[in-house]
Amino acid sequence: MPMIDIKNVSKWYGSFQVLTNCTTSVEKGEVVVVCGPSGSGKSTLIKCVNALEPFQQGEISVNGTGVGDPKTDLPKLRAHVGMVFQHFELFPHLSITENLTLAQIKVLGRGRDEANERGVKLLDRVGLKSQAAKFPGQLSGGQQQRVAIARALAMDPICMLFDEPTSALDPEMINEVLDVMVQLAKEGMTMMVVTHEMGFARKVANRVIFMDRGEIVEDAAKDDFFGKPRSERAVQFLSKILHH
Amino acid sequence: MNFDLGVIQAALPYLWKGMQYTLELTVIATLGGLFFGTLLALARLSSIKPLSLVATGYINLMRSIPLVLVLFWFFFLMPVVIQSLTGAERPPFIGPDRTAIITFIMFEAAYFAEIMRAGIQSISRGQVNAAYALGLNYRQSMTHIILPQAFRNMLPVLLTQTIILFQDTSLVYVISGTDFLGATSKIAQRDSRLVEMYTFAAVVYFVISFSLSLLVKRLQKKIAIIR
Repeated sequence: MPMIDIKNVSKWYGSFQVLTNCTTSVEKGEVVVVCGPSGSGKSTLIKCVNALEPFQQGEISVNGTGVGDPKTDLPKLRAHVGMVFQHFELFPHLSITENLTLAQIKVLGRGRDEANERGVKLLDRVGLKSQAAKFPGQLSGGQQQRVAIARALAMDPICMLFDEPTSALDPEMINEVLDVMVQLAKEGMTMMVVTHEMGFARKVANRVIFMDRGEIVEDAAKDDFFGKPRSERAVQFLSKILHH
Repeated sequence: MNFDLGVIQAALPYLWKGMQYTLELTVIATLGGLFFGTLLALARLSSIKPLSLVATGYINLMRSIPLVLVLFWFFFLMPVVIQSLTGAERPPFIGPDRTAIITFIMFEAAYFAEIMRAGIQSISRGQVNAAYALGLNYRQSMTHIILPQAFRNMLPVLLTQTIILFQDTSLVYVISGTDFLGATSKIAQRDSRLVEMYTFAAVVYFVISFSLSLLVKRLQKKIAIIR
């Protein structure tokens, strides 16, 4: 059974179709990179995986639980699916420690001490232990995104979703975030990553999915995708982002 | 005409009692209005259509009729309504104090609701998504993530509304409530010292309201820096 299973998913905003018959899956321990031009529906697709966006047709299941099933306890499902956003989305009114512990306490029912311990450990892991008492606004973008990753990891996720995690960062901060993600991939975390960072894809992805106009155009092993992309659209996209 | 400060001085203990009532009414109406206003705002923003419609209707109604009229309505008509509903022999006595508290909370709730609605809508969809993605449910997301931020963003406007409320509480005068203005007025009539008493009342309202609004301005600057 795949960790994330996406079957024939279609989605419309009114009469505009944003996703057309998307089918793919992510196996346990697999790292799948989703790329494509802006507006191709990749962010929408990844948000469908933990039901932050509803979809009208098809099925998605995470670890066997149907996401579109009205009987599914969505908060419970989401608690174990880590998500990292383009704009970090740390809670600005809470300290870094509180950002890391709030959901552990309120959702997982951990005690404050246990949650703190787990939070500090993960903060240390992303190299930001000394920032625990600060507020998100006092950190750089790269630091905020690393905290956001730690916040997701604190929930002991069974898989992680990354929605363009480096797109809002200044160039010099991209690597500090990618380093954390590479490390995570090497440890065997199941990851679905929407990104334009082809260096990251080359380094750790098992598969690359290329989307265009709401469709999954290519879904190939990494070497196949970079070596001999089959579709004209993927060739054009790659030539645009790799040579400039 | 001579301006006799002694009149004011002699009346100070009584006026202070009136001021205490004014402050009490302001605080209770603010807290109550904020509480029910937040619920109203959530109802208005709710995806459950009937709930949203009722809340919107209530807010629009309250914002479209004068406060004095709501006071009169409660004071004079509500007892009659209750009487006809319960079939009691005589209309029940609600009294000016309870009337005032109920009316001000109901009226302010409508205004605070609109402020809180703007505050909630000022928080980006991304924050809501982040809260949901961590497994927080609707109520937890609201109480821990959205409302605290909405409240902080709206604090200056909420305080400004409270200053307006502080002045508006003087309307209890029309149902014979003895707030600060009511107390001033009673002394003015008793001692025939209208000039002294009403001038004094104006100065007191001005000093309190104006210094509070200066504080709000400073607070606004401070919040702007934090963001």
